[in-house]
Amino acid sequence: MTVILKVTHLSRHFRVGGFRSGGLLHATDDVSFEVNAGEIVALVGESGSGKSTIARVLAGLYPPTSGSIEFEGESIVKRSSRKVRGRMPMVFQDPFGSINPVLRVGHSLDRSLKLHRPDVPRSERKRLAAEMVEKVGLTPGAEVLRRFPHELSGGQRQRLGFAQALASNPSLILADEPVSMLDVSIRIGLLNVMRSLRDNEGVSLLYITHDLASARYAADRMIVLYAGKIVEEGATEEVIASPRHPYTQLLMSTAPDPRLPLADVEGGDDLGEPPKVIDPGPGCRFAPRCPLAMDKCRTTTPEYVQLSPTHRTACFAVEES
Amino acid sequence: MSSPILKVEGLSVHYETAHGPAQAVNNVSLELHEGEFLAIVGESGCGKSTLLFAIAQLLTYPASMVAGSVIFNGVDLAKLSPEELRQHRWRDLSVVMQSAMNALNPTLSIGAQLADVCKAHTDWDDERIAQRSAEVLAMVSIDVAHLKSYPFQLSGGMRQRAMIAMALLLEPKLIIMDEPTSALDVVAQRSLMSQVQRLRKELGFAVLFVTHDMSVVSHFSDRLAVMYAGEVVEIGSTREVFDTPEHPYSHGLLEAFPSLLGAKKELLGIPGNPPNLVNPTSGCLFADRCNLVEDACRSSRPELLASPTGRSVRCVVVNRTTS
Repeated sequence: MTVILKVTHLSRHFRVGGFRSGGLLHATDDVSFEVNAGEIVALVGESGSGKSTIARVLAGLYPPTSGSIEFEGESIVKRSSRKVRGRMPMVFQDPFGSINPVLRVGHSLDRSLKLHRPDVPRSERKRLAAEMVEKVGLTPGAEVLRRFPHELSGGQRQRLGFAQALASNPSLILADEPVSMLDVSIRIGLLNVMRSLRDNEGVSLLYITHDLASARYAADRMIVLYAGKIVEEGATEEVIASPRHPYTQLLMSTAPDPRLPLADVEGGDDLGEPPKVIDPGPGCRFAPRCPLAMDKCRTTTPEYVQLSPTHRTACFAVEES
Repeated sequence: MSSPILKVEGLSVHYETAHGPAQAVNNVSLELHEGEFLAIVGESGCGKSTLLFAIAQLLTYPASMVAGSVIFNGVDLAKLSPEELRQHRWRDLSVVMQSAMNALNPTLSIGAQLADVCKAHTDWDDERIAQRSAEVLAMVSIDVAHLKSYPFQLSGGMRQRAMIAMALLLEPKLIIMDEPTSALDVVAQRSLMSQVQRLRKELGFAVLFVTHDMSVVSHFSDRLAVMYAGEVVEIGSTREVFDTPEHPYSHGLLEAFPSLLGAKKELLGIPGNPPNLVNPTSGCLFADRCNLVEDACRSSRPELLASPTGRSVRCVVVNRTTS
């Protein structure tokens, strides 16, 4: 397996509040992970867990506070060039806000091709654009290219987002909550598009989501984030079958699933209050909500425990058991 | 079960558009009994929120209720004047809106907003208002200190719970909830649903709950109505609809959920898009996306037929095979 993205000790902090009274918001703190060629990695976490911050730092929308990012063997921290952007495009959450409404579908795609693949002759671009939209399930391609974005439904627009990403010949697509604004019946179609891009085009995807079940459906590996830190990481089926971190367990037990029998859904004591990430002290960030919290959880930050070659978590309770 | 406290009959709502009226809600009939939890699920544009707004008589131009009645506690809400409606609102029925951020006034403290409701609808003195406000906040697990807090000082989950506290102030018999959980994280979502369930059992109010995510209500509602293109296509006991969905649309909707349980399997979702509701076809509105479709589906609109088990389904094919 080739590593195409290697993130090491990545942190991104933001200054918030007043000049004197303000604090430092630790959106992403000391995050390290890798993405291999041809795999889908899910970044799972609730709002405020730092998952979108990671995507934006990777896309070069803002620089990291510290840490290094290696993409296809080169550091991209200093400068995010057009070449990098082309190889690692982003698909955004809102398909209504991320596509220029006054340009035909074909025009937008043509521009991506022109910018990122200058070697493609003009005569070829149209054919290639039609091919791109057909790869994401928009058929017939030639007709779709003539349409305006308002003639497409939300699901179709989001497919177009993936076609646009594909046009720049990427090796990794950053998909930031690509299905959360779509209706449930349409979501699966998009997840299938992501899987087919992986299987047929060999593209890797970083799938950012708050939905554990869809992460399981689409991803090969998953990374669970809490308050800017990775709490658990592993092969998807391994994490789902035996979640070890108490936060992953909480997420699993609260994920709504109509197939669960009624008896299994008692509880709900945790109010789901978000964690403190402005000037956080030492210790595990989940400790205030954790049913297993011990004294040392509040004073020391837990290190990662390797549970298997493909599964790790950061938790003192797991370490001791 | 007791007599229904809410009886909606033949309710239709049209939106005026440049191309003619869009039939957002078409001939919907529902009953809600005392203390019952009825969930209405469907995709965006299926008319579920419009239906709630029509029941609460909150529709504004370009929407208008063109037919039907909303009998609440023996009174037809559709025939009341604004002043008469005001007598019922908050006192007998209250509404919890989708986005608590927009529904709460950002410039007033939570306490002031709770007091506002009491002052408009009761003759309570300040002491009683303060006491009741503290009571309802405690019911939804918010520290009483937050009476002095402003909405921006609360988390999303707390704001949504504050909205529910407000809805509980005057002990209404019916609380209408329009996607109160959709802006929340899964953990907060579960906690909110458990609290609503616990309060409903303690206080005995009925809940009419609208959501696009049927998994949210799967363990909390008594009955489930599935809406598609402005019509109720299936209604029945929640557990039964989940375990054995009959209408092809409900079936497809359930099949569209990836699961955390069992083996991973391929899912397909529902192909196609919802129909245009301006000048819709005279046949079944789901026909173009349906895998059971046959000629009879396209000729006339199927009726919502009740089976002896209490399930009602709007589908020619299903009703033929079950009868």
